[in-house]
Amino acid sequence: MLQINDLHASVEGKKILKGINLEVKAGEVHAIMGPNGSGKSTLASVIAGKEEFEVKKGSLALEGEDLEDLSPEERAHMGVFLSFQYPVEIPGVSVTNFMKTAINESRKAKGLEDMPANQMLKLIREKSELLEIDRKFLSRSLNEGFSGGEKKRNEIFQMAMLEPKLAILDETDSGLDIDALRIVANGVNKLRGKDNAIIVITHYQRLLEYIVPDFVHVLHDGKIVKSGSKNLALELEEKGYDWLKQETVV
Amino acid sequence: MAYTEEELKKELETKEYEYGFYTDIESETFPKGLSEEIVIAISKKKEEPEWMTEWRLEAFRVWQQMEEPEWANVTYKKPDFQDISYYSAPNKKPKYESLDEVDPELLATFEKLGISLEEQKKLAGVAVDIVMDSVSVATTFKKTLAEKGIIFCSISEAIQEHPELVKKYIGSVVPQKDNFYAALNSAVFSDGSFCYIPKGVRCPMELSTYFRINQAGTGQFERTLVIADEGSYVSYLEGCTAPSRDENQLHAAVVELIALDDAEIKYSTVQNWFPGDKEGKGGVFNFVTKRGLCEKNAKISWTQVETGSAVTWKYPSCVLKGDNSIGEFYSIAVTNNFQQADTGTKMVHLGKNTKSTIISKGISAGQSQNSYRGLVQVNSRAENARNFSQCDSLLMGNRCGAHTFPYIEAKNKTAQIEHEATTSKIGEDQIFYCNQRGIDTEKAIALIVNGFSKEVLNKLPMEFAVEAQKLLEISLEGSVG
Ligand SMILES: Nc1ncnc2c1ncn2[C@@H]1O[C@H](COP(=O)(O)OP(=O)(O)O)[C@@H](O)[C@H]1O
Ligand SMILES: [Mg+2]
Repeated sequence: MLQINDLHASVEGKKILKGINLEVKAGEVHAIMGPNGSGKSTLASVIAGKEEFEVKKGSLALEGEDLEDLSPEERAHMGVFLSFQYPVEIPGVSVTNFMKTAINESRKAKGLEDMPANQMLKLIREKSELLEIDRKFLSRSLNEGFSGGEKKRNEIFQMAMLEPKLAILDETDSGLDIDALRIVANGVNKLRGKDNAIIVITHYQRLLEYIVPDFVHVLHDGKIVKSGSKNLALELEEKGYDWLKQETVV
Repeated sequence: MAYTEEELKKELETKEYEYGFYTDIESETFPKGLSEEIVIAISKKKEEPEWMTEWRLEAFRVWQQMEEPEWANVTYKKPDFQDISYYSAPNKKPKYESLDEVDPELLATFEKLGISLEEQKKLAGVAVDIVMDSVSVATTFKKTLAEKGIIFCSISEAIQEHPELVKKYIGSVVPQKDNFYAALNSAVFSDGSFCYIPKGVRCPMELSTYFRINQAGTGQFERTLVIADEGSYVSYLEGCTAPSRDENQLHAAVVELIALDDAEIKYSTVQNWFPGDKEGKGGVFNFVTKRGLCEKNAKISWTQVETGSAVTWKYPSCVLKGDNSIGEFYSIAVTNNFQQADTGTKMVHLGKNTKSTIISKGISAGQSQNSYRGLVQVNSRAENARNFSQCDSLLMGNRCGAHTFPYIEAKNKTAQIEHEATTSKIGEDQIFYCNQRGIDTEKAIALIVNGFSKEVLNKLPMEFAVEAQKLLEISLEGSVG
C-alpha cells in the first residue's frame, strides 16, 4: 500500500527526515514511536503532502503511484487520512457541514454526484454512535472550544466517515482518558480490514493494547533505528529510548 | 421626430419659454452637465407635480453649496459632475440578440451563481421573448399585495398615484441637505422603488423575486422609500447577486425607511457592482445613503452583503426615535484586488430603552482596503439605551488592510455600550487541514469565509443566503495561491 524509500525531507533549510524506509502493506497496522522532536509528525505531514516540507531525496508511493507531484487533496482523494496531533479550529463551520463538504469534494473528484442527504444523515448517525458522540456536538464549530479529548475523538469520527485506505493517527491517544481511549480504539479497529492500513504514532504502549500493531518502528533523529513486533513497544515502555540512542551511536 | 402642431406648441410653451431651456426633451439622453434647467427637465420628463420639481430644485441649490466629503478612508479620482448625463430614458432595446454575443466570463459567473437561462438573458441585456411564466408570476404577486392594501411600485409611479404619501415622507429621514451625495440624488434621482404597508398588515412574502426581475437594470441615482405603517411588517430585498456591469461609474442611491409604531422592516441588500479589473481599472463608485427611522416599539434591521464596486461608501443607519425601538445592522463586506470599502452604520438613540446591535464582518484580500466606520450616539434623553457592537476582520495575505473606526458619543449616563473587535487571518494550517480532508484551497477558503460570515448570512432570507454564499466564493476566487 505505502512504500517509502530513503526519504529525506527538510523544512526551512533544516533537515528533519534523514532516510526513511518503510513499507506498509494492506491489512497491516504499524506503530511509530520515538522521542519528541524525532520527526514523527513531520513524516505524517510529508505523507499527507504538506507543502512546507520539502522532499530532498527518496520516494513515496501509494499503491504504486508516486505521490511526489500530488497535492494534499489529491492524496486525500486517493484515501490518505491524517488524524492531526493538533487539529485546527474553523470558526463558524459545523462538524456536519465540514464533513459534508469533505465527502462531497472527494466524490466530485471521483466524478460522483453529491451524497444524497438521507444517506449522509444515516452515515453521520451510524458513525457518531460508533464513537459515542452526542448529536449536539456535531452542530458546533469545528474544534472551536473543544477539549483535547473531544478534538481527538472528532478526528476519528472524521476518519470513520471518510473510510480511508491509509489512516495515520498522530498521537491520537494524548489527551484521552481511559474510556475515551477505548471508544476511539474501537472506532479505529472497525476500520481495520484486509484493504486498509493504519499507521499509529504514539508515545505510549497503552494505546497499542487496544490497537494491536503488526510492526513497531522507532524513529530517532529522522531515521528508523529499530523495527520489531509489538513486543518492542513493551520493551520501550520499560527501558525508554536511551538505550536505542546509544545503539545508533555505536 | 415629427411633431404635430399641437405638440410643438405645447413643447415650446412648457420648456423653452418658461425656462429658456433648449434641450429637446424627447431625446433619449440629456446632454452632459448639471444645472437647474436639467433638474427641471428631469422632473418634467417624469411628468412630476410642481411640488416635486421644487423639492428637487431645493436639493440642487443645497448641493451646489456643498463639497464632496473627504473623511472616508478611500482614495479615488473625483468624478467630474459636469461630465455626466443625468437622464437617460430606460433602454428598451436589447443590447444583444442572443447569449452567444455576451462576454463568456460574465456567463460563467451566472452559471456559478445558478441563475436560470431566462434570467441570464435579462441580466445581460439579451432580447427575451415574453416569458409567460414570469409575467403571470408578477401579476399574481401584484394581486396578492393589492388585496392586502400593500403598495409596491416605482417611485415615479408613486409620485403620480400616491402623492400624499410621497410628499409626507420623502426626505423625512434623509433630508436633501443631509450630505453631498444625498443632495445630488434628491435633485436628479431617475427612479427607484416605493413600498407602503398599511396598518397591521404583515407582508405575506419577501419582496424579492419580483423585485429582482424588475430591477435588473438599476439606475444610477435610485431613490427608495419604504413606509411600514403601525404594527405592520415587511421584509424587503434589494439588489442582485449577479454581477452588474454599468457604463455609469458613479452611483449615488438614497434609501429611506420609516417604521411607525410597532412596525418592523427587514431590509436586505446584496450588492455586486463591477469592482474593476484585477489591476483596479474601471469599476463602479458606490456612494449610498441609507437610513431608517423607528417610532415607538418599532424595529429596523439592515443586512448587507457587499462584494462589488471599486469604491464603496455606505452607512445604513437607524434613528431610534421612539421609546423601546430597536435597530440592527448586519454586514459582510468583501474587498479583493484594489477595491476600497468604507462602510458601517450609525445608531442614533433618541428614545428611552432603545437597543441597537451591530455585527460587521470585513473580509479583505488582494491589495484591498476594508474599513468599518460606526457611530453609536446616545442622546441625553435616551434613558437605558443599549448597544452591542462586534466588528470582525478577516485578512487574506499580507497586502490588504482592515481598519476599524468605532465612534461612541454617549450623553446619558445610563447607556450601556459594548464593543468587541477581532482580526484574524486565514492560516496555512487551516487550509492544509481542509486539503487533507479532500477539500481544495479555493473551496477551503470559501468554507472558512462562510464560517466567519455565518452570523450575518443567517440573517438573510434563505434563498438569498444561498446565493450570497456562492457570491462570497466567487468574489474571492483566485485571491490565494
Ligand atoms: N514548520 C517547522 N519549521 C521548523 N521546524 C520544524 C517545523 N516542523 C517541525 N520542525 C522541527 O522538526 C523536528 C521534528 O518535529 P516533529 O516532526 O514535530 O517531531 P515529533 O512529532 O516526533 O515530536 C523538530 O526539531 C521540530 O522543531
Ligand atoms: Mg508530533
